[in-house]
Amino acid sequence: MSKWYTSCGNQSDTVISTRIRLARNIAGVPFPSRMTAQQRKEVNLAVKEAIICDENRAKRFKYIEMDTLPDITVMSMVERHIISPEFAKVRDNKALILSDDESVSIMLCEEDHIRIQVMRAGLSLDEAYAEADRIDDILGEKLNYAFNERLGYLTECPTNLGTGLRASLMLHLPALEMSGAVNRLASTVSKIGLTIRGTYGEGTKASASMYQLSNQVTLGISEKAAIENLKSIAAQAMAQEKSARENLDQFALEDNAYRALGTLKFARILSGDEFMKLISRVRLGVATGVVEGIPLEKIEELIIDAGAATLQANAGEPLDATERDRLRAKIIRERL
Amino acid sequence: MLCDKCGQRTATTHIKTSINGIVEVHHLCPDCAKEHSGGSSVMLDSLIGSFFGDSLKSHPVTDNRKRCEGCGMCFDDIAQSGKVGCDKCYETFLEQLIPSLQRMHGRSRHAGKIPNQIVIEESTEDKIAELQNQMQKAIETQDFELAAKLRDQIKELKEDADNE
Ligand SMILES: [Zn+2]
Ligand SMILES: [Zn+2]
Repeated sequence: MSKWYTSCGNQSDTVISTRIRLARNIAGVPFPSRMTAQQRKEVNLAVKEAIICDENRAKRFKYIEMDTLPDITVMSMVERHIISPEFAKVRDNKALILSDDESVSIMLCEEDHIRIQVMRAGLSLDEAYAEADRIDDILGEKLNYAFNERLGYLTECPTNLGTGLRASLMLHLPALEMSGAVNRLASTVSKIGLTIRGTYGEGTKASASMYQLSNQVTLGISEKAAIENLKSIAAQAMAQEKSARENLDQFALEDNAYRALGTLKFARILSGDEFMKLISRVRLGVATGVVEGIPLEKIEELIIDAGAATLQANAGEPLDATERDRLRAKIIRERL
Repeated sequence: MLCDKCGQRTATTHIKTSINGIVEVHHLCPDCAKEHSGGSSVMLDSLIGSFFGDSLKSHPVTDNRKRCEGCGMCFDDIAQSGKVGCDKCYETFLEQLIPSLQRMHGRSRHAGKIPNQIVIEESTEDKIAELQNQMQKAIETQDFELAAKLRDQIKELKEDADNE
């Protein structure tokens, strides 16, 4: 089964991926930070039964006990956005339900009993939400959710109360970043209950020009309205990025992209930071059509496979930083 | 979560201590908590004061002694950790939580999805409107038998409503 990120999505010149997350809890059981080991086990099993009871779903979904996995596999899951960094830290009595293409993951006993997450390539909010909603319905049939008519779905952290929905888009905004307009965008989005922030670690956040746009407000707004808000801001960001790209000096853009591509094709040592900076420049070249012959989805795949933990997981052995940087360069060289 | 001290019973009390500026959180079961209260624990100011600060200030201290029946947390615990103990906490501390929720979300009433099992009573008016809709469609498709049935149902509902 090929992974979700190997397919090409809508508007993928600026939208890398879509993520939908729903937070749910079971009524009458304390929230995770106050659960006993026994309660954790019971919740994990109840959710497992609810989803895997159906034969087709049993084929599609895997139930994984997190404390049975080696560290490197878990860190690679974080890099692939399957689980959150918090979920990876302490893994006793935590479990994960994962679909074969890795587009659906259900974290059990993270900050809430149940965190349903659906990922899609490109801009795909409606489809991703529909899938999360369907899984939520399946679980809701078997489980008694903690729900209150006034406050909606009850969550451990009051910031998720109501719909428990976090909808996010990963955007590639290199031209807007160069023009300094990303900061203006940030102040606009906060006024309508959204947030935008740089991604890919502290050191590289600005250099890879990747930003996550998500809704903040979950109470007093319907899922549909929150998603529509996100869509309209994303449309603005996309339009602004497009016009900023058109305003760039096309020769400089081409030169910049090919220089980056040249380095990636021939380098013998590539740190994670340098790789992200370079691949971002290549991506801009591909998205604007000045670099031909590399599909955007291939770039997504390279970004995933070049992650420090994913490199080691695929190599099947732990590697130190130097070995990692050499292996990264080798893999990128071979695949470009 | 098990008790830090005995490691056998469930921790229900969470005590923050500060000794020479080093902050530690102790999770204790009711028995060990009783012993502990003889010691010198210092409650610190809320770390997430910005979220819960106003609610703390606007409520007298006595109010904050109330404990959740589900998990044993008091409102101070919630304010200090930023995390709610269980679903019952939301009922127990609703009034104290509302100002913070209002500040976080700008609103404090759910407007989204409702789980399948929870059936929100449809009002008689809504039912009648829906039946009238169906009746109109039945007439349009010339299914007069169905239309007559629906007309009778509407009549019945209206009579019931008048009697109440
Ligand atoms: Zn104890
Ligand atoms: Zn409680």
